[in-house]
Amino acid sequence: MGLEKSVSSPLPVTDAPHPMPADFRAQVENLRPYLLRYASLQLRDAAAAEDAVQEALLAALTGEANFAGRSNLRTWLTGILKHKIVDNVRRQSRERPAPELEPEGEATAFDTLFDRRGHWEEAPDPWEQPETALGQKQFLAALESCLRALPQRTAQAFMMREHLGLDTGEICKELEITPTHCWVMLYRARMALRQCLELNWFGK
Amino acid sequence: MLLSCKETTRLLSQGEDRRLGFGEQVALRVHLAICNGCRNVSAQFRFLRVAVKSLSRDGDDKEHA
Repeated sequence: MGLEKSVSSPLPVTDAPHPMPADFRAQVENLRPYLLRYASLQLRDAAAAEDAVQEALLAALTGEANFAGRSNLRTWLTGILKHKIVDNVRRQSRERPAPELEPEGEATAFDTLFDRRGHWEEAPDPWEQPETALGQKQFLAALESCLRALPQRTAQAFMMREHLGLDTGEICKELEITPTHCWVMLYRARMALRQCLELNWFGK
Repeated sequence: MLLSCKETTRLLSQGEDRRLGFGEQVALRVHLAICNGCRNVSAQFRFLRVAVKSLSRDGDDKEHA
């Protein structure tokens, strides 16, 4: 520890000659299925997801020098893709601005969970070993179909938050909504998802 | 301030998205101390976050194997 030699060692990768372009291209191509899946989770629309991946790959191949082994290739590509996805979401919400609130309106399905004083009609039980479910393909499929069942804008806000990891400030800006509206949508998404998973997975 | 379960779930959700005020945090803690149902929901909201993250990891287990 603290040996001078290790301190003075040169940056190994940035100084190295560029990787073979063909090799780099192949590595990037190998990640395409992963990237497509990543984009589809947010964009729902297969063509839009394909576009975002295409744009990201193009940017990656022309900006190869910026990579220079600085981070994990997949992490780097995912970062580029994230920007392309957000561009796409922004375009979408400009082209067809959604109504202030989803058609379901103020009265939501989960209002029936509470009595008039706002207390549980039936208190939720804990979920049994949820961590184990994460390793199961069928559980992930159930979660995806619960996500698909959400209203489009609600799902979009929720996935921007939890999948892309944006903060609510960014989500508000991209979707052109107020923070309060954003929190309402995220709340609805979480309540709907927990209900859906309870019904289709944990309640069994 | 005494929260209903409905208000509590709303604050729990917002707690995932913004920093709650001091009063909100206290009210939340008081309610959670006495309400099993809301405690369960709190754990479920946190689980949802982890579960969504694992969706994009699906299919690349080989990297971790």
